[in-house]
Amino acid sequence: MGDQAQLLPGTLDLLILRAVSLGPLHGYGILLRIGQISGNALLIEQGALYPGLFRLVRQGLLKANWGTSENNRRAKFYELTAAGRRRLREETDNWNRLATAIGTALAVQPEEI
Amino acid sequence: MRFLNSLGSLWERLFHRSPKNAEMEEELRSHIEHRADDLERSGLDRAQARRRARVEFGGYERYRQESYEAAGGQFFETVLADVRFSLRMLRKSPGFTIAAVLTLALAIGANAVVFAVLNALILRPIRVPEPQSLYAIQRGNDQAINHSYPDYRDLRDRNRSFDGLTAYNLASVGLDTGNNPTPAWIYEVTGNYFDALNIHPYLGRFFHASDEHGANSAPYIVLPHAYWQSRFQSDRGVVGRVVQLNKHPFTILGVAPPEFRGTLAFIFPDFWAPIVNQEQIEGSSVLNERGHRELLMVLGHLKAGVAPAQAIADLNSIGSSLEKTNPKEDGDMTFTLARPGLAGDWFGRPLRAFLVGLMLLAGLILLAACANLGSLFAARAADRGREVALRLALGASRCRILRGLFTEAVLISLAGGAVGLAGSVALLRWLSAWRPLSSSPLQVAVNPDANVYLVALLLALASGFLFGAVPVRQVLRTDPYQVVKSGSSARMGQRMTVRDLLLVVQIAICAVLVTSSMVAVRGLMRSLESNFGFEPQNAMLLQTTLTMAGYMGDRVPAMQKRMIDALETIPGVKAVGSVDRPPLHYGANIANVFTDRTTDLKPANAAAQAARYRISPEYFDAAGTAFLSGRALNWHDDKNAPRVAVVNRQFANKIFGSVPAAIGGYYKSGDGSRIQVVGIVEDGKYGTLTEDLQPAMFLSLLQSPSPVTSLVVRSQRDPGQLAAEIKSKVRELDQALPVDIQTWNRELEGALFASRMATISLGVMGLMGAVLAITGIFGMAAYSVSKRLRELGIRIALGAQRKQVLEAALGRALRLLAFGSAAGLVLGVLASRVLAYIVYQATPRDPLVLACVVLAMLLLGLLATWIPAQRALSVNPLILLREE
Repeated sequence: MGDQAQLLPGTLDLLILRAVSLGPLHGYGILLRIGQISGNALLIEQGALYPGLFRLVRQGLLKANWGTSENNRRAKFYELTAAGRRRLREETDNWNRLATAIGTALAVQPEEI
Repeated sequence: MRFLNSLGSLWERLFHRSPKNAEMEEELRSHIEHRADDLERSGLDRAQARRRARVEFGGYERYRQESYEAAGGQFFETVLADVRFSLRMLRKSPGFTIAAVLTLALAIGANAVVFAVLNALILRPIRVPEPQSLYAIQRGNDQAINHSYPDYRDLRDRNRSFDGLTAYNLASVGLDTGNNPTPAWIYEVTGNYFDALNIHPYLGRFFHASDEHGANSAPYIVLPHAYWQSRFQSDRGVVGRVVQLNKHPFTILGVAPPEFRGTLAFIFPDFWAPIVNQEQIEGSSVLNERGHRELLMVLGHLKAGVAPAQAIADLNSIGSSLEKTNPKEDGDMTFTLARPGLAGDWFGRPLRAFLVGLMLLAGLILLAACANLGSLFAARAADRGREVALRLALGASRCRILRGLFTEAVLISLAGGAVGLAGSVALLRWLSAWRPLSSSPLQVAVNPDANVYLVALLLALASGFLFGAVPVRQVLRTDPYQVVKSGSSARMGQRMTVRDLLLVVQIAICAVLVTSSMVAVRGLMRSLESNFGFEPQNAMLLQTTLTMAGYMGDRVPAMQKRMIDALETIPGVKAVGSVDRPPLHYGANIANVFTDRTTDLKPANAAAQAARYRISPEYFDAAGTAFLSGRALNWHDDKNAPRVAVVNRQFANKIFGSVPAAIGGYYKSGDGSRIQVVGIVEDGKYGTLTEDLQPAMFLSLLQSPSPVTSLVVRSQRDPGQLAAEIKSKVRELDQALPVDIQTWNRELEGALFASRMATISLGVMGLMGAVLAITGIFGMAAYSVSKRLRELGIRIALGAQRKQVLEAALGRALRLLAFGSAAGLVLGVLASRVLAYIVYQATPRDPLVLACVVLAMLLLGLLATWIPAQRALSVNPLILLREE
């Protein structure tokens, strides 16, 4: 587990939105999808997913419906709302700007100043 | 402790194991199962896989709780915590809490009572199916609702707009069910009454139009549910029973359903009887006389799809043809429609205006109370500034603190609303059972219904939010850093603050209330002092209708003479006189009079409409009416003598030009007979206290007899004893004659009832306004003194005089008081113009009233600032300075 990175605060919501944007998923599925799309590089405790999910539902960014999973079990499936889609776009832009800025700042060599 | 535990688990079940919570747990468990499925596939057995999945999931309980909060599930807990916290804060300052709750209780109680009356009389139409299409027909410019029976029959048969027109009249009868005969109030109704209103019997059957076969052909009565219960003890065998009505047998047909109590909102009949039996009921019948407009009301449902304007056009076309065919009786036959419940617009409109006005005043009281509480709350918030700042500094959100404040306000408003409502319900119960006038069936059924409770609740909540909102800006602007550093007692602003503005508004409102009530009280006093044209002091009134004991024709005046003679023999009685209906007894009988030269006696040619009284010769002595000139009537002015009359000064001036010209002059009555004026008496009040000078004529009861009899007995003796002796004298003459004996003053209460009720209600409002003004000023003054104690102490230490200290402590409060009072006085004078419609001689431009209001406001201010002033003066600078 030593090669997994801790999540920055606030980034879990972004990851959830991104995972769900690829198609409706239940909670466990979201976790697997995040692992898949991040190359299993992020450390997320499984239960920590749920407060985030409920918060996003309350903010109207996600909507949830009960259904049956591929394992033939009852599960709650999440999908993006229009507001969620908009938020994902904004947050992605924000993140890219931030990442570029931080990356640029960290890459500066003494002679470039 | 066991009890507490079980309470706790109940709590848990109520708020934590909600369906939402269960769903949440199912979802978390589903996650764990899915993970276990994956682990199982990688080779673990099920039990191991499950254990492993649970470990990987992390702190199950912690995430459940966090999820619950993230989903907004903590809402109830927060509210409950707020409520608990607020209750604790309120308990810490019981004086403040009690004052606030009582203030609101007064205001909300007043609103609930006024609204309940408004609701009962105006909002809730009379209880018939489809009340919105039910209209009464009004006639002519003065919107009279009375009609004659022949006119009614023509309107009923010729109109194309109504689903059946019905009509009724009020009458009082003697009812004998086998024992003691008692007077009862009834509606005489047309045969189609119940069918036209679409009312179905609760018991037995009703009479119908098909039961009417000419005069006295339908000796039936129908009982209302309430009278059936009280008089017949809900005896189901009452149907078919025969009772004696004015000594005539009538059969009880049935009982009306409980909710139907007649077609007037304030007079409920003891029973209904067919109007075709009018001769038996009233002794004489005017059903065939087009000129006698004695039907109280004609009403009916509009046909579906017919607009009121169409119906009016329809009625008017019938009216103009009636004017042509009956020129002698029918004039001004134009029609309008009105709601029947309040007896048409002439009575309903002022009542409605008054009640709406009263509602506005009650609303003002609530507003004043809110302003009052708002400034108290603001002061409290300022005092708690340090606490608020600390909480903000410790990370509480402003939203949370505001919610706490609002919770406090709403708690107080709900408590106040509950107390106020309880008080008003008690008052309303009493009002509903109250029969204000012994001589009339007037009754106001104002039992509170769901509407009233709802309005009280809404008002309580609205006022809670209103005064709770006052300190919001204060909290939002609090800078925790500043407050914690320097303490909250920092500066007293020089600018006009919200609190100052509230105080001015509140005082202005109170001044309006005080002004209105003073104007009303003064008006009532004047109307009591004015000259009625008779002397109600030291006079008893015996009222009866001789037909109730079967007297007819010539036996009527003979019996009246015998009664007068008998009562005159009672020791201590100075004079006894008879009149058909005493002046100011719910209006007067009005008749058209014509000059002697008029030949075409149609209503349009009438010289005047005069109040008509049928009196015995001694009436003026007994009533205390001053004789101006000429002679009185005497017992020789009988049927065989020329017709004569005594008239009042206004009659003489209007018909003959002057008093001397009137003596010996002739005029004509509507039936064409010539009447000679033999005497003139002073003017008086006849129909209402508020009327202008009215012509009146007094005819001999021998020449125009009437079974309606009121005997005026003038005596200085004790009314109680005298009444007993009068009663026994009448019993000696006729056992079966029901009589009603009371002092004339008491009988007059009917005439003064409206203005008296208006004055009482306005007086109560004024009193409430005064109380609110006192508490408001007191609160403000006390607060400003307590805030500035240190400054005052320094002033005193530096040698300030008492006057200067008072000026510093209370100058601002007193200036605001003066400002508010002046504004309120001006507004009150404007508002009082409305009062003049209801309260006789109510004029705001009365220097005495203005002086009283100014004096009252001064006194209130003095009273309210007395204690804070004492406190300011007793400041001991040494102690204060040491404390700091």
